[in-house]
Amino acid sequence: MADEVFFSMQDIDKDYYMAGEAVHILKKITLSIEEGEYLSVLGPSGSGKSTLMNIIGCLDTPTAGRYVLRGREVDEMDEAELARLRSREIGFIFQNSQLLPRLDARKNVELPLIYAGVPPRERRRRAEAMLERVGLADRMDHLPTQLSGGQQQRVAVARALVGNPSLLLADEPTGALDQKTGAQIMELFRELNDEHRTIIMITHDMHIAAHAHRIVRIIDGEILEGGEARDA
Amino acid sequence: MLKKIRSGFVMLRECVVMSLDNIRGNKVRSFLTLLGIMIGVTAVIALITTVSGVSGSLATSFSSMGAGTLSVSITGSDLKSGVTAEDMAEITALESVDGIVPSVSLNGRVSVGKKVESNVSVSGKNAYYFITNDELIVQGRPLNFIDDDNNTYVCVISQEMVDTFFFGVNPIGETIYISGLPFTVVGRYEEDSGGGVASIFSGSPDILIPYTTAMKINNTAEVSSFTVYLAEGVNSDAAAEEIENLMDKQFDYEDDCFSVTSMSSIEDTMQTMMSMMSSLLAGIASIALVVGGIGIMNMMLTTVTERTTEIGLKKALGAMPRHIQIQFLIESFLLSMIGGLLGVVTGLILSAILCNVLGTSFVLNTGAIILGVGFSAAVGIVFGWAPARKASRLNPIDALRAI
Repeated sequence: MADEVFFSMQDIDKDYYMAGEAVHILKKITLSIEEGEYLSVLGPSGSGKSTLMNIIGCLDTPTAGRYVLRGREVDEMDEAELARLRSREIGFIFQNSQLLPRLDARKNVELPLIYAGVPPRERRRRAEAMLERVGLADRMDHLPTQLSGGQQQRVAVARALVGNPSLLLADEPTGALDQKTGAQIMELFRELNDEHRTIIMITHDMHIAAHAHRIVRIIDGEILEGGEARDA
Repeated sequence: MLKKIRSGFVMLRECVVMSLDNIRGNKVRSFLTLLGIMIGVTAVIALITTVSGVSGSLATSFSSMGAGTLSVSITGSDLKSGVTAEDMAEITALESVDGIVPSVSLNGRVSVGKKVESNVSVSGKNAYYFITNDELIVQGRPLNFIDDDNNTYVCVISQEMVDTFFFGVNPIGETIYISGLPFTVVGRYEEDSGGGVASIFSGSPDILIPYTTAMKINNTAEVSSFTVYLAEGVNSDAAAEEIENLMDKQFDYEDDCFSVTSMSSIEDTMQTMMSMMSSLLAGIASIALVVGGIGIMNMMLTTVTERTTEIGLKKALGAMPRHIQIQFLIESFLLSMIGGLLGVVTGLILSAILCNVLGTSFVLNTGAIILGVGFSAAVGIVFGWAPARKASRLNPIDALRAI
């Protein structure tokens, strides 16, 4: 099912300055992924996997190296361009679902569409459709506190998908869930990938990572294995 | 382009909704913060409205007494201490002058029978005075030209004098002694007509007698103060100049012998003082607005810190820096405006109460309301700017790290 290259990273370095000293978080990362792939980045905490996710998710730019996402050079973009790219291409899922507590499920899902400038009626329609897709048709008016952890994470998935991004980027999506609900979320991811959606999942959990079709191991800012796309 | 504008409006609406939500979410804190603005606006509106109410009623009483008159007071030269009857006739003959009323005052002991009052203000006026102020006399007859020409010993007395000397008695025809000389009371007048403010300048006399009689008692042939009543439609400044020219000639062009003051110029001075006063007070009150603005800035900075994660999340979901900035700016703007509008309401209530207490009329001062609302809007934007900018510049990664 491998089609064209979705993104490619070449010799990506990322340094942070702490107390005047440069800390090399990422060292010469080279990674590419094809459209429709399901990839997991596996690494212990402090390995640099979150930094890698930030760069993949266009939240941050690399110190050195080349990053091309769907034919566009990301490494030279300014903040506004990054914001526009995020809005169009990437759907984020965070560990603790990160829903805005005062908004109901529907409004939370609508949020990315507001920034994309989608008119209200269209927004509502798409949010409701997406909540139905993740199996929460009967929970649209509920506030996050009225939902279970698994339901909250489903809302977060719906929010990530509502803008129809090309990439679903998940950071420890099951980290705060028990095993059963975690498995349900993994099932949802598999379904989404079957629908040909590109998914990258960041985790420290070997079992969770195993749900993906390809595993990239990262330790101390370096990729140990799996950096190259599989041959189809 | 149209689509862009439309999506801009959609954004703005969402920002307003989100901001109101956040303001509601922190009710106590929001209220305390906007209280500063509210107090400032209340002070500005109450002060401006009350001062303009006071100056308005001053102006009304001025114009009721002073419109179309000039008051002339004479210090005189070595040779000539006042104007003579001929001088006054010359002035009266001017086309712009309708008539003049000399004022000759004597302070004297007044007695009826055994009852004695010292320091009664007695003023000599002419018949013209009673013709122009034809509602002055409420009982008996006014003083007339015959009294002027024959310097008769008749007088009209104020209600207060009636109460003092003739309580329960009809005063008309009774005899009253002024400086030991017997006068016949021919009329009674209502002392308040002529305007309250007028009495500040001229003093309200208790007894009016023919000015010729007063001059005779004072043993003088010259009048040192008089009021000119201008003909209808005459410009008071031009008339004042004309009279000054004539009197310069009468005083042989000596300097500083007299002064001609129009009521409208006194009124102008008064108005200028009042508006200076009200802007000074408003200036002091606007310090409260600035302090309120600092309160808003403080709250917004706290809010930005508290909502770091939310800001990072929104950025991750595609919010541009300007989206974040607009949202926080709108929040501080709304906070300040709510405070401002509440301040307008309390300010109007307070000034209505103050005007009532001071006995002046309450006039809705739209200028003050616009100033109050405009100022609070400006405060919201100015003091919200820095926190909003801080929020918009938050690095999404740093913001998300708080997760």
